[in-house]
Amino acid sequence: MAPIRSGLMHHLGRNLTALTTWIDARFPMTKLLKEHITEYYAAKNFNFWYGFGVLATVVLAIQIVSGILLTMNYKPSAEDAFASVEYIMRDVNWGWLIRYLHSTGGSALFIVVYLHMFRAMLYGSYKKPRELIWLVGMAIYFCLMAEGFFGYLLPWGNMSYWGAQVIVSLFGAVPVVGEGLAELIRGDFYISDITLNRFFAFHVIAVPLVLLLLVVVHIMALHEVGSNNPDGIEIKEHKDADGKPLDGVAFHPYHTSKDLVIILVFAIAFSAVLFFAPELGGYFLEHANFEPANMLQTPEHIAPLWYFTPFYAILRAVPDKLLGVILMGLAVMLPIFLPWLDRCKVKSIRYRGWVYKLALGIFVTSFLVLGYLGLQPVSDTYTLVARVFTFTYFAFFVLMPFYTSWEKPKPVPERVTN
Amino acid sequence: MTVRATLLTLGLAFNVAALAQHAGGGALPMEPANTDVSDLAALQRGAKYFVNYCFGCHSAQYVRYNRLGADLGLTDAQLVENIMFTGERPFDMMTNAMTDEDAAAWFGIAPPDLSLIARSRGTDYLYNFLRGFYQDDTALSGANNLWLENTAMPHVLWELQGVRRAVFVDRDVDGVVVPTFEHFEPVIPGTLSEAEYDGFVRDIVTFLDYIGEPMQLERRALGVRVIGFLLVFLLIAYMLKREIWKDVD
Amino acid sequence: MTDNRDFTRRHFLTAATAVTGGVGLVAVAVPFVASFAPSARAYALGAPVEVDISKVEPGAMIKVVWRGRVIMIVHRTDDMLTRLATIEDELADPASLESEQPQFATNPQRSLKPEILVVEGVCTHLGCVPIARFEVGPADLGSDWPGGFFCPCHGSKFDLAGRIYSGFPAPTNLRVPPHSFVTENIVLIGADIGAT
Repeated sequence: MAPIRSGLMHHLGRNLTALTTWIDARFPMTKLLKEHITEYYAAKNFNFWYGFGVLATVVLAIQIVSGILLTMNYKPSAEDAFASVEYIMRDVNWGWLIRYLHSTGGSALFIVVYLHMFRAMLYGSYKKPRELIWLVGMAIYFCLMAEGFFGYLLPWGNMSYWGAQVIVSLFGAVPVVGEGLAELIRGDFYISDITLNRFFAFHVIAVPLVLLLLVVVHIMALHEVGSNNPDGIEIKEHKDADGKPLDGVAFHPYHTSKDLVIILVFAIAFSAVLFFAPELGGYFLEHANFEPANMLQTPEHIAPLWYFTPFYAILRAVPDKLLGVILMGLAVMLPIFLPWLDRCKVKSIRYRGWVYKLALGIFVTSFLVLGYLGLQPVSDTYTLVARVFTFTYFAFFVLMPFYTSWEKPKPVPERVTN
Repeated sequence: MTVRATLLTLGLAFNVAALAQHAGGGALPMEPANTDVSDLAALQRGAKYFVNYCFGCHSAQYVRYNRLGADLGLTDAQLVENIMFTGERPFDMMTNAMTDEDAAAWFGIAPPDLSLIARSRGTDYLYNFLRGFYQDDTALSGANNLWLENTAMPHVLWELQGVRRAVFVDRDVDGVVVPTFEHFEPVIPGTLSEAEYDGFVRDIVTFLDYIGEPMQLERRALGVRVIGFLLVFLLIAYMLKREIWKDVD
Repeated sequence: MTDNRDFTRRHFLTAATAVTGGVGLVAVAVPFVASFAPSARAYALGAPVEVDISKVEPGAMIKVVWRGRVIMIVHRTDDMLTRLATIEDELADPASLESEQPQFATNPQRSLKPEILVVEGVCTHLGCVPIARFEVGPADLGSDWPGGFFCPCHGSKFDLAGRIYSGFPAPTNLRVPPHSFVTENIVLIGADIGAT
């Protein structure tokens, strides 16, 4: 038997090679595989923080697949939307699983993306020559915010309704054109069936198309310059005789085998939420959203979904409507400028002084505290605290050119450390 | 917007305003409902109480009778006998016969659908609400509720619980004198003891918890298996990673 | 590089990972594909329907819809039933061996009660609705036409038990849906539980 089998394998292998040659003459298949997978070299000392990029891709895939399945049974109309979600939850085979995958995935994507962005701030991944990767990444983040905003209206629960109402009203604060702009977004004089219908179109096709394109550009730009690493040094500067970076390992099988472990650890945490606490105490699915949209009654306590709350807290901290909207917009936009605000010659936090560590610590604290405050009801104490942390949030960015050029970094090693 | 939705809205507006008022008077501590949706007997009792006491006015429009029957271990015959009204078929939804107009005429507002009430309000709230009625001659229905002041809902369970009077005492809250609930006093005894009544309410709330998310038991059971599989997979993947990275380390 | 590498182990672990991953992917795909199957609502809407046939005179037909299909209920006269036996050698599947029907409908009348025929008005060729042509020997169908169903799309001819004549495009007899008699005059279409 054995010789026959090996003969067969040999035959199959030869045919496969022939097929590959045929395709390669017409499409750069092998070339792409080499460039992006088998011969893409990334540093061997990636730590925990380097797993969130691949996780973002995985969660995006979950969102796309579960989203497509949801659209098969969801009805984007004010009359039917709420009931169609319950139809999915109760009548469609496995509909509850698909819906919880999507609702948990929405929050998971933001968690993973925030940690991914934080990684870039830890190790200076936005610095030259990776500025464009950072810019495209920010564009992806804005697309995700748009996805979150449009998608949140779709269940047509009461929190959906009032969340959309509040956010669209923000656009109304723009001087002169504001009210017209808000009407343009809603397509009506209030959040209505018409609004729901177009938000559906944005959520399921318009924004995802842009998002996917940006993700491809993000990865291509990354693979062009190569991944950063926890030491923040360029591994391409030290190559062996074959031109391979000495401190790099091929993406496959080294990083793929490592990423699989990371993905599985994430999948366990994800499943724990999905199967045992899909509402996550009202943060992933809000209690008030189990009541249908009601244009006459705002929920007792209205807050956006948790991933918007840091910015929402900034909005509330400012006593003037227009100024609040401007500051909130700025707070969202400021990270775009990080590659140019950060004047330090060194990328990684490992070789930067205490000033940057302190500044980053203050920034993270501000972001988390503001996020917490955005979820709480308004009170005088909370407003005061929110003002303090709004100030520190902005100070982190505005003062960055000064404290980063003033601070003297530590010497950076030639080769990566472990 | 349907008449029903409008009425519902007005009702909610009313209720929420009442809640806000209450909050000013100092929040009462809620007692935990301690429900267990895996308790089949409690669910069956709850279903029966629900159709007998709640379903006359409240619908559960997203619930199908046959799904209920399958999940609660009831045969079609038991469903027909205990749960369903005449003229309904096992695959029908639990809508009810009361029209919005009737509801408006009788209660001033349409009673809300209860399919998702446990998810929007929480089981503790429902448990305390159903135990929070007291006699109030100024109210239309003759009853008021500690947890939802001026509720339009009559105390449909009064024969079971009995009629009680609530005793309020004036308390000074930040310089304002606010009447604060002190305790209940029995007026007419009910047919159930206090503990029996609590159990009765707990059964109803258990049932409401179940209809809020009928697949919740299935969800948790599947979760255990999924995570078990992932742990095994993780072990194998980790061993493979260790082996492959021997090339590097 | 420490050389305690074990390539047999590596191959084994690679295979184990691939197999476990494959099992995982299939397990994920199962609920996704299952979600395409008819939902509880589809089953509710497609639940059995009760039809009162007390008003259907001998020789007449009524049509009802069950699960989006036309169901034809024909009250056959004795004459019609007698003619069924005379044409069996012209039929492709007179004993309903190749056709779809509940077990009780494999008799020549293809029915529970001899006079009441319940068939789906869905041509087994390409799904058109056959037309009832119960008259004997009309000009367009020929003088030997004993009455039956005629499909306007591709000309398939069926007898008064829904059986297909030889030489026409439809491969099998018209389908008999599961059904039963709840009472003398009430037919339950879609379920044959309790069939008498």
